[in-house]
Amino acid sequence: MNRRKGKNTFWIMMMTLMLIITAGFLVVFIVRIISLGAPVLSWKFIVEPPREAMTEGGIFPALIGTFLLTALAMIFALPSGIFTAIWLTHYGKPQWLVNILHIIINTMAGIPSIIFGLFGMAIFVNLLGFKVSLLSGSLTLAILALPVIINNTEQAIHSVPADFSEASLALGATTRQTISKVVFPAALPNILTGAIISVGRVAGETAPIMFTAATFYSRSLPHSLQDEVMALPYHIYALMTEGTHPESQVPIAYGTALVLLILVILIDATAIIIRSYMRKKRQW
Amino acid sequence: MKGIKEKTFQAIAYIASLLTAVCLIAIIYGIFHDGLPLFKFISWKDFLFTNNWYPVYSPPGFGAWALIMGSFYVTLGALIIALPLSLGSAIFISEIASPGLREIAKPVIELLAGIPSVVYGLFGIAFLAPLIRQWFSLDTGLNLFTSSLILGIMVIPIICSISEDAMSSVPHSIREASLALGATKSETIFKAVIPAAKKGIIGSILLGFGRAIGETMVVLMVAGGAAQIPKSIFEPVRPMTSTIAAEMGETIMGDLHYNALFALAIVLLIITFFSNLITEIVFRPKRQK
Repeated sequence: MNRRKGKNTFWIMMMTLMLIITAGFLVVFIVRIISLGAPVLSWKFIVEPPREAMTEGGIFPALIGTFLLTALAMIFALPSGIFTAIWLTHYGKPQWLVNILHIIINTMAGIPSIIFGLFGMAIFVNLLGFKVSLLSGSLTLAILALPVIINNTEQAIHSVPADFSEASLALGATTRQTISKVVFPAALPNILTGAIISVGRVAGETAPIMFTAATFYSRSLPHSLQDEVMALPYHIYALMTEGTHPESQVPIAYGTALVLLILVILIDATAIIIRSYMRKKRQW
Repeated sequence: MKGIKEKTFQAIAYIASLLTAVCLIAIIYGIFHDGLPLFKFISWKDFLFTNNWYPVYSPPGFGAWALIMGSFYVTLGALIIALPLSLGSAIFISEIASPGLREIAKPVIELLAGIPSVVYGLFGIAFLAPLIRQWFSLDTGLNLFTSSLILGIMVIPIICSISEDAMSSVPHSIREASLALGATKSETIFKAVIPAAKKGIIGSILLGFGRAIGETMVVLMVAGGAAQIPKSIFEPVRPMTSTIAAEMGETIMGDLHYNALFALAIVLLIITFFSNLITEIVFRPKRQK
């Protein structure tokens, strides 16, 4: 009996230790980014363009670039993602076609982001001639976000009880009316949560935009879809690997990382809060 | 009138689904179309299994063995670091922690899983690598060990979050039955909870594997970039992903080097496809409700 108790204590201590080590790593990581990023942050850092070959100034063009890339990617991906989920949940016939589409979506979800970058370069930049531009980059990001949006929307629609649509159909509503007036509104908070989470993902991606949209340095903001853009994640990478003044570039990289970190965490936290609020409020 | 609206709506949903399928086909087409021409120049056996990656020499060498092994070593290292830490933490959060701690830990892990990889890369190149160089008195801190460590830290939240979900969805009755039979807490965890949550745990590990082998920014910034089979864990490596990212800028569209980088992408695509397929097969019984 004592040996069993000893073993039990040992294992529980081991698990606790694992959690403490994990938490330790992550605390060092976060504290490091915050403590070196915070001194650089200022209002000027946010609203000014970079100066003196990236050794001074702010990150305004990168911030705008990330915003535009993400917003456009969502404009492309959300409608087709949501409609795909609607087809899968309400029209999907025959069953084998649904199964194949599920396999396709899961395969896409597992593809490394650098491959999306190569694909975007081969198809959008070279084949279709969109060049390295805002348009190529946001289309690439849209395809990357598509499987996440479809999966989340499908789950959200499934979480609406079947009674809802059955009641609506029994009252004589058509499938379209049932989806757009009953199922979709009920699933909307969860669909939104999923969409917000994919915004956070897309905003932080670097590899897909390296060859499709991002540029190391541009003083002006993009004027059209055909322009190259700066982006926060690529800016961090470029500051660390290009340029000749590491002593002034590293602090700017930390500052940029902190801005990106705050942005992504704010976005994700919004989603988590909406979700837990909706779970409490939900009547079914 | 009503009929037309119905039909249009259904058609839009159908076209959207078709578009999704077309996207995957386009990805596969794009990668294979630009990668396959390499194999007119070099056999796939030589590409996969010889170790001479000299893409800009003349004549060039495109033996990618060291790059493929580089990816595997880094991924293996990351999993060796991440598995005990993430599974241990998941067990702690699901089985041992008080409900209050769990309420806080769950969202924190989810937030950590969303941190962009380039931020981890920055942490690695600017902080961890110099530290490791100093500690072990090495020539460079940008090596297999450092990149595995950072990649490991990066996948911990992913593996932890999904396996914790799997464990906490095991019904309470199973735990209570085990405890009532006189089993200790740890016996209950290892013999009742973990076997019941096995599928989710394996799924989380496969997802971590896929994430680690496909990760680009961390290895691009931290792995050092030498195309060699490392003799020790403190030597630099060059995984496939960072090779693609680092060298694509130097290529001219349509030349052999360009094709070779797409051929590396084919290898990556096939590896992740099979790891996905295994996940799919493991998870399938769950879907047939």
